[in-house]
Amino acid sequence: MRLTVDGTEHELDVEPDMPLLWLLRDELGLHGPKYGCGIAACGACTVHLDGLAVRACQITAEEVEGAEVTTIEGLGTPDAPHPVQQAWIEEQVAQCGYCQSGQIMQAASLLALNPAPTDAEIDAAMSGNLCRCASYPRIRAAIRRAIQSEGA
Amino acid sequence: MASFGKIARRTFLIGSAAVAGGVAFGVYAYRKPVENPLLAELEPGETTLNPFVLIDADGVTLITPRGDVGQGAISIQTYLLAEELDVDPQTVRTSFGPASGAYYNGKVAAEGMPFAAWDAGFLSTQARKAAGPAGKFIGLHITGGSTTVPDMYDRLRAAGASARETLKLAAANRFTLTPEDLKTEGGQVLLPNGDAIPYADLAAEAAALDPVSVEPRAPESWTWLGKPARRTDIVAKSTGTFRYGGDLVLDDMIHATVVTNPAMGGGVVSHDDSAARAMRGILDILPITDGFAVLADNDWRAMKAARAIDVDWGTPEGRLASSAEMWEAHAAAFTEENRDSRFADDGDVEAAPGNLVTAEYRVPFLHHAPLEPANATVRYRPERTEVWTATQVPIFVRDAVAAITGQEAEAVTVHNLASGGSFGHRLDYLWVQQAAEIAVQVPGRPVRLTLSREQDMTHGFLRPMAIARGRGTVENGTVRSLDLSIAAHSVTESQIGRAGLPAAGPDIAIVAAAWDAPYAIPDRRVTGYRVPAGVAVSSWRSVGASHNGFFFETFLDELIAEAGADPVEERLRLIHDPASRNVLATVADMASWTGPLGDGTGRGVAFTYAFGVPCAQIIEVSDTGRGIRLDKLWIAADVGRVLDPVNLESQLTGGALFGLGHAIHSEITFEDHTIQQRNYHEYEGMRLWQTPEVEVRALETLPTIRGAGEPGLPPAAPALANAIFAATGTRLREMPFARTVTFA
Repeated sequence: MRLTVDGTEHELDVEPDMPLLWLLRDELGLHGPKYGCGIAACGACTVHLDGLAVRACQITAEEVEGAEVTTIEGLGTPDAPHPVQQAWIEEQVAQCGYCQSGQIMQAASLLALNPAPTDAEIDAAMSGNLCRCASYPRIRAAIRRAIQSEGA
Repeated sequence: MASFGKIARRTFLIGSAAVAGGVAFGVYAYRKPVENPLLAELEPGETTLNPFVLIDADGVTLITPRGDVGQGAISIQTYLLAEELDVDPQTVRTSFGPASGAYYNGKVAAEGMPFAAWDAGFLSTQARKAAGPAGKFIGLHITGGSTTVPDMYDRLRAAGASARETLKLAAANRFTLTPEDLKTEGGQVLLPNGDAIPYADLAAEAAALDPVSVEPRAPESWTWLGKPARRTDIVAKSTGTFRYGGDLVLDDMIHATVVTNPAMGGGVVSHDDSAARAMRGILDILPITDGFAVLADNDWRAMKAARAIDVDWGTPEGRLASSAEMWEAHAAAFTEENRDSRFADDGDVEAAPGNLVTAEYRVPFLHHAPLEPANATVRYRPERTEVWTATQVPIFVRDAVAAITGQEAEAVTVHNLASGGSFGHRLDYLWVQQAAEIAVQVPGRPVRLTLSREQDMTHGFLRPMAIARGRGTVENGTVRSLDLSIAAHSVTESQIGRAGLPAAGPDIAIVAAAWDAPYAIPDRRVTGYRVPAGVAVSSWRSVGASHNGFFFETFLDELIAEAGADPVEERLRLIHDPASRNVLATVADMASWTGPLGDGTGRGVAFTYAFGVPCAQIIEVSDTGRGIRLDKLWIAADVGRVLDPVNLESQLTGGALFGLGHAIHSEITFEDHTIQQRNYHEYEGMRLWQTPEVEVRALETLPTIRGAGEPGLPPAAPALANAIFAATGTRLREMPFARTVTFA
């Protein structure tokens, strides 16, 4: 099968039912997306599939044939962070940080679709992403900061 | 290790009365030097000035002995050292260092004694001094108990200051100057002529000198500490480039997962793994204690094959099988035979006058459930075993692995890693033992074991379930007596027992934050009952205070309501500790507390003194008609000194929200010896939609600096329960609250 991840095209020989998460982590060595639950209950594995946030643990290899996948490391880099990543840095959101790849990918997708979400829309879009450290107040602050910086 | 029992007895004795002998031991122990463990591991060209600072051609490596489970321990330890050493915290490398007694935690032992944290009397102060250094001898190289900042505050600043002055002395000697002529900045010694000598150039000469002792700088002159700090890991954690144990890749590495008896310890009767062995990518299926390990070339393939092993599991003996039976055992444990402690016994609760109030409270087992599933990588070789894992107890891990490989402890190297959360989970290490069991069967190849969420969740080391019975009286509009009895398993007995060590004396965790609550209630008694050991229990964020804050502060609220008094005013009247009263008054001021709100809204207050930190919280809720909504949370706490206001706020807020999420939603239950909750959909916690607005104020009046990872949790659940009572008239006496009321 073929797919494009973070701008690089790959050809792989994997089982059709292998979830995208482990295809990325164990076949391609891309460790930005995390394994937290495997059942779409935590959102730590969130990536963009053709621009939209999806749970990589629920999408299979055969479903991503020919698709374009973006991981947290393709969204931006330490030297050139995406505006949402920059907002996460400025607000110092992360504690353990394990969920934050997924949180950031979810927030970036939300803002790409809806550049000025209401608080209720933020709550609705982000509540599938679990943060056991409960960094939620800073997640809210970072999203508001990103909205302002995007709008500026 | 053999002397632990003796030391534990002595520390307990001094906790009771025999201060003189304990202090003498403590002074002796404290003065006896511990070998610098870095000396044995130096590569050519490396120099070490003390156990915390390593300098080589690439610059400075700061050894940060306390593990990082998300609480920001790496960052704050870096800032403590860098403040004195004059290096940029963002540019220095850090390492957790080897497992070593040199990195003993003096505070964990010192705070484990029956003296209230607010008690600065002679007996308690002397006993703490004596117990601290004992940590060095019983291998307490440990991260926990909100002790990283209190324990490392002086030691790391002193280490940084000593290294700086010794480097200056080396430069002075080389250039025939005096240290007073020199300055330090950005990892360099600056000469009067403007030349800058990198520390690395001076390290070898400095190492030949006797280290210079110098007082750390006064807080007024701090460059970084005391101001909002950028966490040293924040960029990596915001760009997906931070690496956790589960991301580790080594040459020739095997991916592994395990499936063990969901009825822990029940063993295997028979199994058929033929289907699993035939699956793609499966290298082998090996027996381990209580189950099997699947070795593969990919985590998903390993987990898929693990589900395909057909096993007839055995049944554990000598333990209760279901939550219903365990509740019965707890309810029956309030007997003289099970009495564990009665540290508080003022006046005469039996004879106290006034209107009688009684209530019973229950909290369930809880799992830590950090988001990163437990994992460990082990490579066994006959001459040396290496372990890569995130642990709060590296010496216990080293010894446990050595026991499996049959090697001397010195032949086992533990590379500690940062972890994706812990909340106490990483005080256990069953998965490291499992990885070692696999590794000895495939010598030379690194084995990275990752637990499935289901394996991790169903093999938890749990916050104990507990029952409290309150009995108190009110008269003349005030609280006259409070008698609280608490029954729970002993966390200390269970946890220390897993390390093969005896636990001496009563377990203060059973009554923590209840017996020492600083209220001058005329007749007051707190009794702990130890429920005979059952399932494995563990230190869960804030340990005993996690349930006792709820028991004490909710029952006190019931008494205050019966007295017809104001929840804030009556607490302020009863509190005898000035710092505590200040914290409570502060949170009332933040919330503009004016008594009942009415109109379907309610406010609840709670105050606890846990891990040395007085913390008060007020929560405002509204009854929306579709359920209770959490509107606002105010937190005030006194930590003595704030080193990083940003992370302090995150820790206090995170602790409170973690407590609220569990109080509302979470419980672990047993049927047939088996945990019934397998993944997060059956073990919900706080989510963004339910998170209230949070406001935090930190005070700095305590004489001692304190940590903040745990103190934010204990007052959160009682503040919520009391708020819901204020809004609806319903008393919540059992967690999870969502069983009794609906939340919106």
